[in-house]
Amino acid sequence: MTQLALVIDLNVCVGCHACVTSCKQWNTSGSAGSMTDQRPYDKDPTGTFFNRVQSFEVGEFPSAEMMHFPKSCLHCEDAPCVPVCPTGASYKREEDGIVLVDYDKCIGCKYCSWACPYGAREFDEVEKVMKKCTLCVDRVYNMNLPESERKPACVISCPTSARIFGDVHDPDSDASVAIRESGGYALMPEWGTQPANHYLPRRKNKRHIHEDELVRVDNPLKKEGESQTDQGGPFLEDVTSW
Amino acid sequence: MHPAFSVIFLTTLIGAGQGLFLALFFSQVSVVTNLIPQQDSHFYAVGSLISVLFLVVGLFASFFHLGHPERAWRSAAMWRTSWLSREVIVLPMFTLTVIIYGALHYFGFHKNLVGANPVSDVTFIVGAIGAVLCFALFICTGMIYACLKFLQEWHTVLTPINFTLLGMASGYMLVTPLANFSVPGNLNYYADTAIILTFIAFIFRVASLVRNRRLKPKSTLQSAIGVRHSNIQQKAQGAMGGSFNTREFFHGKSAVFVKNVKWIFLVLTFPLPALLVVIGLVSDLSYFFYMAFILQYIGLLAERWFFFAQANHPQNLYYQTI
Repeated sequence: MTQLALVIDLNVCVGCHACVTSCKQWNTSGSAGSMTDQRPYDKDPTGTFFNRVQSFEVGEFPSAEMMHFPKSCLHCEDAPCVPVCPTGASYKREEDGIVLVDYDKCIGCKYCSWACPYGAREFDEVEKVMKKCTLCVDRVYNMNLPESERKPACVISCPTSARIFGDVHDPDSDASVAIRESGGYALMPEWGTQPANHYLPRRKNKRHIHEDELVRVDNPLKKEGESQTDQGGPFLEDVTSW
Repeated sequence: MHPAFSVIFLTTLIGAGQGLFLALFFSQVSVVTNLIPQQDSHFYAVGSLISVLFLVVGLFASFFHLGHPERAWRSAAMWRTSWLSREVIVLPMFTLTVIIYGALHYFGFHKNLVGANPVSDVTFIVGAIGAVLCFALFICTGMIYACLKFLQEWHTVLTPINFTLLGMASGYMLVTPLANFSVPGNLNYYADTAIILTFIAFIFRVASLVRNRRLKPKSTLQSAIGVRHSNIQQKAQGAMGGSFNTREFFHGKSAVFVKNVKWIFLVLTFPLPALLVVIGLVSDLSYFFYMAFILQYIGLLAERWFFFAQANHPQNLYYQTI
């Protein structure tokens, strides 16, 4: 069975919000209607978004680093928001595992948002229905788009390719390989919701430099006998050819 | 969580209405078992009417919680999985049963189906069905909150128990002035039960307060974003002027305010009405019975407000700087 999902590489995300704006642009122009805003150009602007980027400072200066954290619906395999819906407006698609809301059936009781531990759903204050990430279901199957663009808007727009889209049940998909080989993890695993979306952790590429590596064998200064840093050799570089 | 007044009024009003109906039916059981003398049929009819009024006004209040009230009929669809859907089905069924119960009493339709057995009286059978539906409704209402495992403050059997006990206590508080007016001979029966139920409800409500104080949140900021570090500070929440997430899941009041509400409801819901009923019994002034119910109802509004405000949703971990 297919389970489409996103894998978000936190090591690469620079927090530029391109995914947020492209998501809003595509989905507010879609057939499901606009994602409304309140006071967009005024004090305290607010509105409906499917995707948000948050920023966290990990550690304390000077050993601190900023982590940008894109947050959207995780399309849980055991989605807790679906069974609580009294009307059946919230549902999980059998064929690809995308969790969707039927905006024509939603009564706007907000119960599903209470049942989501991630706060992934947002109530549209104008249309009075619950909205959430559709994984751009109207893009990924859209035959009017070239095949290369049949991906979620956020994935296409990401300038650092921090977002990988694919079937996490297919062991050979880019998404599955990334999860498997780059330490992909799920958010709040303690609730057993089995989020389909995964995150790749921050990684440090560390290199230990030996002292002799700082001194080049073919250092021209050394050749001319002017080196002050001659350690006496022989060094690794004397016996290997790079 | 943000306490929504529509839901606060819904749960407290239908709770009192349900409790009132149970008081009526159980008094009929007591009459049948010769615990208390026979009561005027109009007492049941008027009591049922008041119960229905509370149920209908509660239902009306609930519509204000919906974005699309005109689609509310759809919410009966998912009764297999959703407690909210079950409540939507049971509430009108129960209300209808109370209407029938009251009408049968009003028109004096006492027909024994099996011989002279008073248990087979039509009103008694309808009342028994109503009682079953009433408890089912209490369970549905409580389970709407108790089934959400992420909200640890609610995810306990104490939630439906408290909805039931508080509803019954306020129902008996409501029936006491009516009994004083309509069946004064049985006044002590209702007043005593109101005090006892208020006391039992107090024990269970305090039990849930104690339980919730000892709760340890299952999720942490570390598990929420998957970073194993003891010092993480949020710098941006993804929205400048707030979002649905910053409005729906926070009560927006100070800790002192919440604590005050707790003490207000603990005093108004439990000892004060019980004391007023005792004073009413001693002084024989009906005024105190009315006051007892009104004060307890105000206490219950505070109780329900606190019930919502106390619940800390794990999504709040993503909004550290509220």
